[in-house]
Amino acid sequence: MSMPEQAVAERQLTMAEAVREALAEEMRRDPRVFVMGEDVAEAGTPFKVLRGLVDEFGPERVMDTPISEPGFTGIGLGAAMTGMRPVVDIMFGDFLFLALDQIANQAAKVHYMSGGKLTAPMVIRTTLGATRRSGAQHSQSLHALVSHIPGLKVALPSTPYDAKGLMKTAIRDDNPVVIFEDKMMYSVKGSVPEDDYTIPFGQADVKRSGDDITLVATSSMVYVALAAADLLAVQGIAAEVIDPRTTVPLDVETLVASAMKTGRAIVIDEGYQSYGVTGEIASLISDRAFYQLDAPVKRMGAMDVPIPFSPVLEDLTVPTAEKVAELAAKLCRKGS
Amino acid sequence: MTAAQEVSWLDLYRRMLRIRLFEEQVNDLYTSAKMPGLAHLYIGEEAVAVGVCAALRDDDYITSTHRGHGHCLAKGASVDRMFAELLGKEAGYCRGKGGSMHIADQEKGNLGANAIVAGSAGIATGAALSAKKRGTDQVAACFFGEGALGQGLVYECMNMAALWKLPVIYVCENNMYNEYTHYLETTAGDIALRAQAFGIPFLDADGQDVRSVHDATRAAVKRARAGEGPSFLHFRTYRQHGHHVGDIDRAYYRPKDEERRWAEEHDPLKTLGQLLIQEGGADAAAFDRIEEEVRTEIHEGVKFALDAPYPSPEEVTMHVYA
Repeated sequence: MSMPEQAVAERQLTMAEAVREALAEEMRRDPRVFVMGEDVAEAGTPFKVLRGLVDEFGPERVMDTPISEPGFTGIGLGAAMTGMRPVVDIMFGDFLFLALDQIANQAAKVHYMSGGKLTAPMVIRTTLGATRRSGAQHSQSLHALVSHIPGLKVALPSTPYDAKGLMKTAIRDDNPVVIFEDKMMYSVKGSVPEDDYTIPFGQADVKRSGDDITLVATSSMVYVALAAADLLAVQGIAAEVIDPRTTVPLDVETLVASAMKTGRAIVIDEGYQSYGVTGEIASLISDRAFYQLDAPVKRMGAMDVPIPFSPVLEDLTVPTAEKVAELAAKLCRKGS
Repeated sequence: MTAAQEVSWLDLYRRMLRIRLFEEQVNDLYTSAKMPGLAHLYIGEEAVAVGVCAALRDDDYITSTHRGHGHCLAKGASVDRMFAELLGKEAGYCRGKGGSMHIADQEKGNLGANAIVAGSAGIATGAALSAKKRGTDQVAACFFGEGALGQGLVYECMNMAALWKLPVIYVCENNMYNEYTHYLETTAGDIALRAQAFGIPFLDADGQDVRSVHDATRAAVKRARAGEGPSFLHFRTYRQHGHHVGDIDRAYYRPKDEERRWAEEHDPLKTLGQLLIQEGGADAAAFDRIEEEVRTEIHEGVKFALDAPYPSPEEVTMHVYA
């Protein structure tokens, strides 16, 4: 990724290091914060994101749980409702399905159902992303599922900088927040300030400016969109790349303003395309920017198939820079 | 020191009667179409909620069920705001947005009734974890029916509560019917062994005898406060009405003779009343006076709720997020 010049001198961290730093800083700042989940302590999760956290904070605050997603998610919720601020670790996003009653029927609704008296300040940390050759039950991107439920907030960091800032915001938020990290991006490096900063939810980040077409992209798809923008630049097409960073709340204004400026938009997301994030965002843009558009708003999500294991098949399911650039070029030719 | 020296049985009688008359009023409100939605009456099970909650402090937690009016009242909720919630009024405990199955009252430690069977097992266990982490001696009581024994969540939570020695008390109200199905048709093996498999002490008591319920709970609370971990209380009880108010023709799953026997021979109010008279703890006049006072309380409470305003339309989007 291209970085501003002044940032080059800044400290570089991987995505995993940025997440860990955010957690450690918040745990130092607030004794109510603790982490619980499967293999979070000595193992530091299978992706080693939490490695070393238990050494500083001990097993009381970095708690290994049994393999019981509904149970420990519910226990995290009960702790959140009574004065703690848990970070519940759900190893693979696919396992959200196991815990959905606790997330969607309980955590999401408790503030509303109690007429605003009870709160559930908890973070659910989980992963998304295919192409790790993990098969259909360890590869899904299920952020649309939780974005659908009122009462939950949903964040999708795409850079180490965002991973730290969004995690800190999530922990300080008084609502249940589900934060998705792309498991293929843990080694991505970027500049991360040492100081204490947060990133407000509902504030999209314009990654690259352009006048010809808007590429709205989330999580790993931000890199796909940026690579597509490079390919398009060679053809003389200037793409604007925007990362919403949170799907709930969503910065609709920034996305719509960009589409009004460029007159064209593609929404790229790694969730299943049907009934998903791409459909929601494309609809909002079409609705509000319709009279300024030169082409229909397009969607590019994951194929509507269970993620296959075979690498040749799996790679077909996810949008690529080439496919994004191809569609973008076609839209620009038609509209001009 | 015995339990009797600390609680007044006559006071527990009053608390049970409050629930009984509250629920009879709910039945009237419902059948006269003044109350929207669903109502699952607690009539017949009063001794469980009252016996358990009388062993708890105000700052202890409970989680409740779809049949939760009794738990809320026993933990200290007032009848006027309870009725208001049931009628969907702004003066209700949840501003009318929770309703019968979602009453929460955080000032009295009630973390909410729950319309998902076993749905609150995690919340109660998590409240116990929180109490332990914060270094208080609070305990959490998790009410659930025997139908919840079919949900895996209960066992996941019991496992963690035992591993981490959490101050949580699992209170199984066995009224014998999972909705419209006898529990022996749905529950294999032995309920006691379910708790004992996790190393959790199991206490079985007559749920129609508030003194037995109270004594069992006191033992569990003492154990929890001492940091010795969870307990599982199993109370045999009976709902005298249907699964919900509309469940009238129910002979196909529950014999009328059985209902009559439980109502006549195992009613918790009759049982305690007779005991107190026999033991000389109270006379008939005392019961009459209590009944009059509670009837007045119920009458005023329901009047308050019927007269109270509904929430304004802008309330619909409030409290989605904190």
